[in-house]
Amino acid sequence: MGDMVFYLFALMTVLSGFFVVFSKNIVHAGFSLMFTLFGVAGLFAMLGADFLAITQTMVYIGGVLVLVLFVVMMTRIPAQNLPKSSFNRKIPAGIFSVLIFAIVFKVIGGTEWNVLPVDAPEATISMIGQKLLTEFIFPFEYASIVLLLAMIGAAILIRERKIDDDEEVQS
Amino acid sequence: MLHEHYAVVLLFILFGIFFANLALGAAKIFRPRSNRVGDKGVSFECGELPVGSAWVRFNIRFYLIALFFIIFDVEVIFIYPWAAVFKSLYPALGSLMFIEMMVFIAILVLGLVYIWAKGDLDWVKTLSKRDGNKEVSGA
Repeated sequence: MGDMVFYLFALMTVLSGFFVVFSKNIVHAGFSLMFTLFGVAGLFAMLGADFLAITQTMVYIGGVLVLVLFVVMMTRIPAQNLPKSSFNRKIPAGIFSVLIFAIVFKVIGGTEWNVLPVDAPEATISMIGQKLLTEFIFPFEYASIVLLLAMIGAAILIRERKIDDDEEVQS
Repeated sequence: MLHEHYAVVLLFILFGIFFANLALGAAKIFRPRSNRVGDKGVSFECGELPVGSAWVRFNIRFYLIALFFIIFDVEVIFIYPWAAVFKSLYPALGSLMFIEMMVFIAILVLGLVYIWAKGDLDWVKTLSKRDGNKEVSGA
């Protein structure tokens, strides 16, 4: 049963990942990205990493995917007139893809995995919370400053854009 | 290795898929057959006929709101383990944990106050100010 569910999630992740890459319609690609992210969340849950699974679902499916679809809505290019990538663009893309695959393959093959069946803790969230609030209190508070910077940065970037828009309208 | 509570989650998802398919499938069985003629294939929006294509460029302000949403989403992710562990750690470090989270939230509220005071959130007002804008302001 567990194996079957694992293969189901793995198949879902890989197939929808292929669809994201090969789909001509960018909206379809964005929606199938949801299945990819959800499959990864399922795999996290099966590994006993429940906090990661929740984060994956909330931040990636709930947030980042919405952002991706928003970007799609803000692009000028309609789905039908996607520019056909020329052959010279495919060659460097292929070279880099093979290189990245080789690096990842070598890292995965060269890592000594701990394959002993360790009992996963029942719920990792409380342990993460304990560590976060005692040992890693500085990174925890630092994270809020990083978030603050991201928020202000986004506001400033878009505000400059807004001024351009207003000028465009007034002229 | 599949914990029991994940099995419950999986069951929940499967039931959700089943329920959605049941409702739509039942409708497919019972509804009167008709081929797509006239306005049959037009997307329904409260009885109004749609104008133009759905492929319009949306205002960049939607993106800003989505970005702020993600930042507060991540904040929720940080609050979650704190809330999960608060009760068990309360006797030992209750007030300390409370202060820690209040500092965390206060720093982010600072950002919220900043964008609020700078007027990045009231884009409806700025939109209504200009007449004849070509942009689509709502979905």
